[in-house]
Amino acid sequence: MRPVQPEERLAAAIARLILDSAAPPARHIAVGAASPIPAAACWLVRHLGHPVRLSLLHRRQGNPFTEGSRELFDLAGQGRIDLFFLGGGQIDGQANINLVGTGEWPGRTARFPGSFGSAFMYLAVPRTILFREEHSRRVLVPRVDIVSAPGVSPPEHWRRGSAQALVTGRCVFGFDGTRFTLASVHPGQTTATVREATGFDYHEPASVPTTPDPTPDELGLLRGPVRAEMLETYPEFCARVWEGLAA
Amino acid sequence: MTPLALDALAALVPDGALLALPPDNSLPPNELARALVRRGAKGLRLLGVPVSGYATDLLIGAGCVTSVQTSAVTLGEAGLAPRFSAALKAGTITVIDATCPAIHTMLQAAEKGVPFMPLRGLLRSDVLAHRPDWRIVQNPLSEAPDPIVLLPALQPDIAAFHAACADWHGNVWVGRRRELATLAHAARRSLVTVERVVDGDLLEDERMAAGTISGTYIEAVAVAERGAWPVALLDEYGTDAAHLAEYARAARTDEGFQGYLARYVMPPRAQAAE
Repeated sequence: MRPVQPEERLAAAIARLILDSAAPPARHIAVGAASPIPAAACWLVRHLGHPVRLSLLHRRQGNPFTEGSRELFDLAGQGRIDLFFLGGGQIDGQANINLVGTGEWPGRTARFPGSFGSAFMYLAVPRTILFREEHSRRVLVPRVDIVSAPGVSPPEHWRRGSAQALVTGRCVFGFDGTRFTLASVHPGQTTATVREATGFDYHEPASVPTTPDPTPDELGLLRGPVRAEMLETYPEFCARVWEGLAA
Repeated sequence: MTPLALDALAALVPDGALLALPPDNSLPPNELARALVRRGAKGLRLLGVPVSGYATDLLIGAGCVTSVQTSAVTLGEAGLAPRFSAALKAGTITVIDATCPAIHTMLQAAEKGVPFMPLRGLLRSDVLAHRPDWRIVQNPLSEAPDPIVLLPALQPDIAAFHAACADWHGNVWVGRRRELATLAHAARRSLVTVERVVDGDLLEDERMAAGTISGTYIEAVAVAERGAWPVALLDEYGTDAAHLAEYARAARTDEGFQGYLARYVMPPRAQAAE
């Protein structure tokens, strides 16, 4: 059998976070720009039989919105989006994210694309899963150079939720509103390699499990129906991860 | 309504205009952007509604732009926008960062003709910290402390986008991309390229009316077949990912970008879309 691809493991790990029964329910999940792995995780949840509504902003045909991204933000403002995904060129230990750039404002050293809707969505949505494949001291920093969206807010600021977790190419961290806790390390990683690659401090329990591989059932779904759902929006991702699989 | 030639439409965009453009997934007027490059437009102030893509990077690289207000600039799967990044680093453009719902809200305020609208979120974001025109006030309807951000109405001089079709009454059809109606309502003038002009009245057809923007808001129309290329148009054609990747590679250097212009933009249109 074809070995588990890292992207498949990440998608399955995110799917388990989505289904975490300890978190507020995820009845309606939105996926924004350039997020193939979170999108795969959402499709996996759907194809596992969970009745979740998915709104994929970048779907061209059958896009769920008839007023573009404005409708997404209005839905979130109303409290009708339960879960969203955000990334960051930098992410720090207080779950602040930076999508603007490094160095002086507005990213004079290295410019990232920009904040997108993060400054609103991170506060409006009850659950955010932070996702960034690159796990290095360049990305996971003690303090972001620029705050696109804050991880925590003072009590008088309107806010529905914050980060549930941070998923990287090396591990899964949980976030409790104050700090990250190492939840699992992916195969090939150790608590030491994660610590070495992480620029911010975090809590590390005495025993940290290995991130489980997708089950054979999950793998079959990822390589079949999930891939079919993804082909139109993320052709290059599908070609890279699932190259050689029959259509 | 008589459609203009593309170059005549481009001539309606004055140098220095605040020009609002939709992103690559929402009917950007890419053929018009190429015509603006050929015209040698100067001093444009671009507004990404709510983010920016290929047309913005192209206009920046060609020296047509002095400032960009946007929530992000990206070529999607083709990666970062190279000419935008280079111009920011060189200091040849001013970048005014926003966040997507704030741009929608500022346009909605203009659409309603009110001076400002509130928006939740944003507090403690450095995007807000760098926007002296965005104000934090106490929610006047709340007894409890409840700071909220007010955003000023934003009225673009010109909105430009590429619709699937127009009718002879000047109505244009954008399908489900109805956020473009807000843009057209908010802008002083809307210039639209279309694939084709159709007979009949789009607003008389119940199934087309909801995706139609009334000619009331449309200043002028020009026919530009495959006018969104290299990005997608509704269900009519898809994104030319290979071309966007070629652009992203070429635009890494100014020399490569000039080669791209010479090959795909400066020749009279038609063969560019092959």
